[in-house]
Amino acid sequence: MKLTLKVWRQKNKEAKGEFKTYQADHVSTDMSFLEMLDVLNTSLIKKGEDPIHFDHDCREGICGMCSLYINGHPHGPLQTTTCQLHMRTFKDGETITIEPWRAGAFPVIKDLVVDRTAFDRIQQAGGYVSVNTGGVPDANVIPIPKKVADEAFDAAACIGCGACVAACKNASAMLFVSAKVSQFALLPQGHAERKERVEKMVAQMDAEGFGSCTNTKACEAECPKGISVTNIARMNREYLSAMFTNYKVEVGGGGD
Amino acid sequence: MKLDSKIPDGPLAEKWTKHKFNLKLVNPANKRKYEVIVVGTGLAGASAAASLGELGYNVKAFCFQDSPRRAHSIAAQGGINAAKNYQNDGDSIHRLFYDTIKGGDYRAREGNVYRLAEVSVDIIDQCVAQGVPFAREYGGLLANRSFGGAQVSRTFYARGQTGQQLLLGAYSALNRQIANGKVKMYSRTEMLDVVVVDGKARGIITRDLITGKIESHSAHAVLLCTGGYGNVFYLSTNAKGSNVTAAWRAHKKGALFGNPCFTQIHPTCIPVSGDHQSKLTLMSESLRNDGRVWVPKVAHKGLKAKDAQSIPEADRDYFLERKYPSFGNLVPRDVASRNAKMMCDEGRGVGPTGLAVFLDFSDAIKRDGRKTIESKYGNLFDMYKQITGDNPYEMPMMIYPAVHYTMGGLWVDYNLSTNIPGLYALGEANFSDHGANRLGASALMQGLADGYFVIPYTLGDYLANIGWNDKVGTDHPAFKEAMDAVNARVNKLLSIKGKKTVDEFHRELGLTMWEYCGMSRNEAGLKIAKKKIQDLKAEFWQNVDVLGSANELNMELEKAGRVADFIELGELMVDDALARAESCGGHFREESQTPEGEALRKDDEYAFVSAWEYKGENQPEELHKEELKFENVKLTQRSYK
Amino acid sequence: MFCKSLTSIFGSHQKFPNNMKWVIDLFTSSLGRKLIMALTGLFLISFLVIHCTINAMIFYNDNGETFSHWGHFMGTNPIIRTLEIGLVAGFLFHIVQGLMLVKSNSAARPVSYSVAAPPPQSTWYSRSMGLLGTLLLLFLIMHTAHFWIPNRANQFAHGEELPLYSKMQDVFSNPLIVVLYVAGCVSLFWHLLHGFASAFQTLGLNHQKYNGLISFVGTAFSIVVPLIFALMPIAIYLKWIN
Repeated sequence: MKLTLKVWRQKNKEAKGEFKTYQADHVSTDMSFLEMLDVLNTSLIKKGEDPIHFDHDCREGICGMCSLYINGHPHGPLQTTTCQLHMRTFKDGETITIEPWRAGAFPVIKDLVVDRTAFDRIQQAGGYVSVNTGGVPDANVIPIPKKVADEAFDAAACIGCGACVAACKNASAMLFVSAKVSQFALLPQGHAERKERVEKMVAQMDAEGFGSCTNTKACEAECPKGISVTNIARMNREYLSAMFTNYKVEVGGGGD
Repeated sequence: MKLDSKIPDGPLAEKWTKHKFNLKLVNPANKRKYEVIVVGTGLAGASAAASLGELGYNVKAFCFQDSPRRAHSIAAQGGINAAKNYQNDGDSIHRLFYDTIKGGDYRAREGNVYRLAEVSVDIIDQCVAQGVPFAREYGGLLANRSFGGAQVSRTFYARGQTGQQLLLGAYSALNRQIANGKVKMYSRTEMLDVVVVDGKARGIITRDLITGKIESHSAHAVLLCTGGYGNVFYLSTNAKGSNVTAAWRAHKKGALFGNPCFTQIHPTCIPVSGDHQSKLTLMSESLRNDGRVWVPKVAHKGLKAKDAQSIPEADRDYFLERKYPSFGNLVPRDVASRNAKMMCDEGRGVGPTGLAVFLDFSDAIKRDGRKTIESKYGNLFDMYKQITGDNPYEMPMMIYPAVHYTMGGLWVDYNLSTNIPGLYALGEANFSDHGANRLGASALMQGLADGYFVIPYTLGDYLANIGWNDKVGTDHPAFKEAMDAVNARVNKLLSIKGKKTVDEFHRELGLTMWEYCGMSRNEAGLKIAKKKIQDLKAEFWQNVDVLGSANELNMELEKAGRVADFIELGELMVDDALARAESCGGHFREESQTPEGEALRKDDEYAFVSAWEYKGENQPEELHKEELKFENVKLTQRSYK
Repeated sequence: MFCKSLTSIFGSHQKFPNNMKWVIDLFTSSLGRKLIMALTGLFLISFLVIHCTINAMIFYNDNGETFSHWGHFMGTNPIIRTLEIGLVAGFLFHIVQGLMLVKSNSAARPVSYSVAAPPPQSTWYSRSMGLLGTLLLLFLIMHTAHFWIPNRANQFAHGEELPLYSKMQDVFSNPLIVVLYVAGCVSLFWHLLHGFASAFQTLGLNHQKYNGLISFVGTAFSIVVPLIFALMPIAIYLKWIN
């Protein structure tokens, strides 16, 4: 099939970007969206034009590296990652507009590549259980109800792609942050630090310049892993509880 | 060169304990005076960086992706083995050791493999403590499943995303150390050389992928946790970015490369759909627990999955069940793969290309109900449907083998040290524990064992021995020299301005490797391959077209450097495959097979590890042999009949 | 010893600011601000119940007798008058915080998309709370200018209330005003339709057992209350009430 592609091109972070239009002929319906771009890039290189830069890695929908805002949807019209989107989803002759994720917290690096390290910094603020390697109890010491483990898994399935931010009209990162907060709020292993965790992660989220959640649920609808907004409610709960009950204790140093 | 594996003396079960006691320790107050570089942040790298940071070392961690969480460990689906024997089904450390040695077709070291089985139990405890949401039973305890090649249920899993959950666990531990200031993270940064001064690894040269800046980093030790090199075949289940560059540049600086030809071909991948194919997608091998593999008894050219029902039961050949009645569809990966290829070679393959076999769930759905199957494999079925457009609940899947894992890698001793002191290799990047074939759910186990439980001990011994003041700064001329070489290479790639794209070279290399050095190999073919690869290399350096400049995000340039290394590696793989004129595990030499067509090992001649030494540009590499001694297992011909 | 026990009860002086940080968080963090929106929103919803109930007294069609009785009670009872200060504060918080959120949320995406195709699961009114809220603010200005402000001004100046029932009949004799009031009620309907359930989500009250109930009550409330309100000007204009 034949397609017209309107692609955002931007030389670097500082440069002003613009849309460029390309014709993609001989597109096979079995191609993945990224393979279609690969083929286009090969033809660009042959013409001596700079290929379109886009992030991708595993190409099996799990690493979260691919992005692209396709025809008004993060990862395109299906609820999946761009690498798992296949051209059979599109119609012959269609015009496809491809934009980078747009958010102040995700600056464009080049073309369709954006900087998502804000997500890493949020995780660094508290997205962990503070245990060192070794010296932990046997894995079966704490039984966890299957239901709880399953729910924790559902939250943990987040791939950190940023589609929630891209989809949200407020560029809010609530779904992403709440997924991690939920995972550890559900599992007993996370309970020791639950209050500090949610406070620190929310503070970092705010510091990165993401917008606030207004419960539009666009994130949930576009999340390739189907992360539920139930997690956002859980995070709100965690945050409220921390805000009203958490306190600081000063510990003296020294010892014998 | 004498290869010393440094396997400790004493009974197998006591080696590691004894060795840990004999290793020197670094005084806690001195740990902060040491710097360690970790390249790669997958399971091995993230777990090592986090554990070393926790101990108090100053760690610099590097990954080429935008975040450590993207490392390709994330894509492992099936599970992780551990000899917990929670199921009371006869598992033990010794059994896991035995299965792994046997599964590896007796081409791995007893000492290493036993240690792996030993620490496997600690890994599960560690991951659970980190909040990894493993699958659980209704009573709240951990669930297990059996996995390819094993007759006990020892595989822990988190739906079909075990690798993701384990990696996110290690990533969280890493994040904690980044927040603590003990690990400094460099993402979108690629290692392009290792710096060796006075015979010791002293640092690395990197390229910032966004700005193109070439930089030096010095440290007391360098850990390469950079994964495998399956992408030498162009099409593989590896991530597009997975590459051999770090390991290969270390090899060219003197590190030996172990068993390069040992490649694992995974039987359950989605078949190739056309020339545009950029990578292959693996369907977890756990599918073989319930799926039945078959082809029609007589060739049906171009048989589609939706027409599979038209083949009556009597006309179907469930070839794995027929040939291996006791293991059936659960034979090890190499056996399953080779048999699928044989069916297709006989012309009985299905699908438009004839390069596929069916994996059929209709019996399992009838037996357990759609719901049960959905809860076990739902995400895999969805993925299959998304990629192929076929619904596996209604028709069989089509699968074909694809390159998945490389058992070979940098040669390391028991301490995970390469032959260059201070240079270590962990996880898939080393050659160590899987012999000639890796069992399912063992890669995650090895990556985490190396990072969490081995390197924190063995690296301490090295650091204690050299002392914290034995360090070379980046102002040393060796760094300058290495930076110049890296710069020169980058500029060379940009200046060729030839006619062929990097991908075209890569594809061509992949085809050659798959054809002659893939699922089965023979001397004549390998010699053809060697010539072809040498020609390709010569052409690459005259005719590759890399646009753009060195001082910007330039993905073509990144790829070009990696493909240049793959080409050189490809030749070494062919050399290794030629030198090993026996069949073992994933390495099937057609000259060495039993009358029934099964792999025939030659233990008298080939019970050794090949360790190749780089001898200079376009010089033949030198083969060193590390003899393998088996004191605790009897070498038998693998049989899954 | 004495000092130590005091510290244990009240916390040391240095710790005080640390432990009061939550107050700042409540007004500045994204989640704190959402919380304020939700709490003030629910408070305003409770106000709507009262307001709507009392105004509905006009439907007794007893020449405003019942209505005026209760209206007088609300306008003069000291407890209610005190609560009214809270109500004004609630409105102000909700409005100011809402406008600030609209501003910071739009700043979070400096470059907008050229193609937008929001998913159907995300309703347009949930994405337009800022717009609906602004319309309601304009309506509120008009509405208070008609009734509340002159009435309270008169109370301050002369110590007695205006005859609200006849004022209603007067105001709603103008068809344009009636249309504007009905439009205000429609905005209120959409605003509530999202706001009611959204407030519960923000407070963390999301549970599969109760979500159905919340959504049912929310929808019913969003229909019933604005409908009753809208009927008032219509009924008066069409002289169903006289």
